[in-house]
Amino acid sequence: MAAKFDASEARYPSRRSVLKTVGVGAAGLAGIPFLAACTGGSGPSATGSDSPGLTFGSGSSDDVPKRAYQAVTDAFTAKTGKKVTTNVVPHNDFQNKINSYLQGSPDDTFTWFAGYRMQYYAEKGLLAPIDDVWESIGDNYSDALKKASTGPDGKMYFVPNYNYPWGFFYRKSLWAEKGYEVPETFDALKALAAKMKADGIIPIGFADKDGWPAMGTFDYMNMRLNGYQFHVDLCAHKESWDQQKVSAVFDTWAELLPFQDPAALGQTWQDAAKALEAKKTGMYLLGSFVTQQFTDPAVLADIGFFAFPEIAMEGRDAVEAPIDGLLLSKKGGENKAARDFMAFLGTSEAQDAYAAVDASNIATAKGTDTSKFTPLNKTCADTIANAKNISQFFDRDALPAMANNVMIPALQSFIKDGKMDVKNLEAQAKTLYAAQ
Amino acid sequence: MSSTARELIPEESREPEGAPVHRVKSGRVRRLSGRDKMVLALMVGIPTLIELTLVWLPMLMSVGLSFTRWNGLDLGDIRPAGVANYQYISQDYPPFWPAVQHNMLWLLFLALIATPLGLLLAVLLDQNIRGSKIYQSIFFAPVMLSLALIGIIWQLFYQRDNGLLNFLLGTAGTPQAVDWFGDSSVNIWAAMIAATWRHAGYVMLLYLAGLKGVDPTLKEAAAIDGANAVQTFFRVVFPAMRPINIVIVVITIIESLRAFDVVYVINRGTNGLEMLSALVIQNLVGEGQVIGVGSALAVVLLVISLVPIVFYLSRTFGKENKA
Repeated sequence: MAAKFDASEARYPSRRSVLKTVGVGAAGLAGIPFLAACTGGSGPSATGSDSPGLTFGSGSSDDVPKRAYQAVTDAFTAKTGKKVTTNVVPHNDFQNKINSYLQGSPDDTFTWFAGYRMQYYAEKGLLAPIDDVWESIGDNYSDALKKASTGPDGKMYFVPNYNYPWGFFYRKSLWAEKGYEVPETFDALKALAAKMKADGIIPIGFADKDGWPAMGTFDYMNMRLNGYQFHVDLCAHKESWDQQKVSAVFDTWAELLPFQDPAALGQTWQDAAKALEAKKTGMYLLGSFVTQQFTDPAVLADIGFFAFPEIAMEGRDAVEAPIDGLLLSKKGGENKAARDFMAFLGTSEAQDAYAAVDASNIATAKGTDTSKFTPLNKTCADTIANAKNISQFFDRDALPAMANNVMIPALQSFIKDGKMDVKNLEAQAKTLYAAQ
Repeated sequence: MSSTARELIPEESREPEGAPVHRVKSGRVRRLSGRDKMVLALMVGIPTLIELTLVWLPMLMSVGLSFTRWNGLDLGDIRPAGVANYQYISQDYPPFWPAVQHNMLWLLFLALIATPLGLLLAVLLDQNIRGSKIYQSIFFAPVMLSLALIGIIWQLFYQRDNGLLNFLLGTAGTPQAVDWFGDSSVNIWAAMIAATWRHAGYVMLLYLAGLKGVDPTLKEAAAIDGANAVQTFFRVVFPAMRPINIVIVVITIIESLRAFDVVYVINRGTNGLEMLSALVIQNLVGEGQVIGVGSALAVVLLVISLVPIVFYLSRTFGKENKA
């Protein structure tokens, strides 16, 4: 009996969960310095003003991006003779452990995103400002990208590498066959969707099993109705959720909801991409990474792109195009080589080296090689280049807890019944933002 | 009986002497060598220390953190919040009450369907049928499978367009196809069946061990007294397995409280599959970390779990004291 007791005691649930509370933090804190220590060279290199090398923490763990960053670091080493020690961490782990990573002994530079999450760490003093780097690379970037790289104190923190626009993807052959035309306005979009429905096609592909893709629709509705600045302020909780402007977003979305794939909650974006490929759906609102799913070159060549139609404000000035790039950790701020590396990434030379391996994204620096662009790449790149404002997607622009713990369940329930309790959203936002 | 002769008799068979028990005890303690004492101290001390640092300390810290607001960055950022986190989860956090309901439903389902199923399997496999070992392995296999495999297996079964179940129902690929994982009115049932698949194997193994431990003479005696098979089982064998039954009751309750893996592989515990444990993970681990709220959820789960644990401990130790 006593032995049995031990066995069941070991399965005791909340102890595990409780352990996780502290364990995750502790393990993260303990593990990451150890990892960093293994790489060697990071300790001494941080002190000298002109060091022989730098460490680079990368969350780009998938094969293609991993090789692409390898190409960049190789090019940097070839050019400057400085060694880059890369530590690749699986991207989910990298994101989940970022708190303890930055407080432990982070690498000199590391991959991250623009947006609230970058600004948050800048505000907490965990990042080193890089205004000097921007003096040399500033001319390579558009104003929208510069704005996205600026911290809350007005200093520069981020060097953009690539981004990818969100918008509607469709099969050109299907549209040509049925005589559909790219809608410029929301009313035209609804009219087109109604026509597709009559033709027996699901008008708008939609997948939200993972919870986050629906945020793209929300962001566009919000920006087209209330403008880019409102989107930023709402995400930072400088605007209340409990107001008419937010209700209007959901009311407008409710008009579109009957045209979106009713099976959304059971499928992933990959499933929805397949449905678009099979011409079961007429169009699909997603980031341009959706094209990774179209492995058949004939299908890929048949994919068209158009920006989210205008609704009430600012036309189509704002585009949702999450930017990936590099940040300099506080510790890395003392390493000259790390600053050189960031400056290098901000050049067309480095971004071409990256894009030569990973062509699914759009390089951000001016003067990058566009000769290999497909027409689709070109449309995507033009959409971004012509944008006055670049938003970063809800889960990068807002507090992650707000995005993951509040918006995912809220949007999923909205997809089910078309109703949203904005009062409750505000109540949750208040508690979560207050905890930061 | 001289004291030397008394030493020769095994301890448990000794007759109680007139002398008070504690004198015997203290006499024995004095006979421990320094080395014995050290071994004892290590054997007791190390587990106690581990238990303290890995169980009690985190648990108390978690309880403490549930009354604070903290961003997880700097210890100086911890601010007291009173019961605000509890207020938040009970009033403002929409997934909380569905999660409590789902945990209750899970408990009922495991208790009324999965556990009796495991018992049935055990009784059947205890009949010395041919290939009993093979069946045991098959039914127990799900308990040993990894999370990822379980996800894949049930995905194959439940998929909307090309899953086995919709194929058997003849609805695969048609608009009538049931979206077993995506439809929030059915996915909890789909998940509970997947959980039953694991739980029944587990219960089966424990009951098989229990059945082997039941004295066969009890059954013979019952048969001689004219009891049929059903009566023998329910009136004699089942009550004789009381220790196992208590373990199973506790395990079933605990399994239903910590139900996590199956819902997590389906959709990370959202959209109709909210479970307390999944909410704890959602709020404590990863980017969506809100330490105060997550700790409050963990404490709620802890308090609920304490009920069966206390019940179990009082039954176990209460009985030992009586004996």
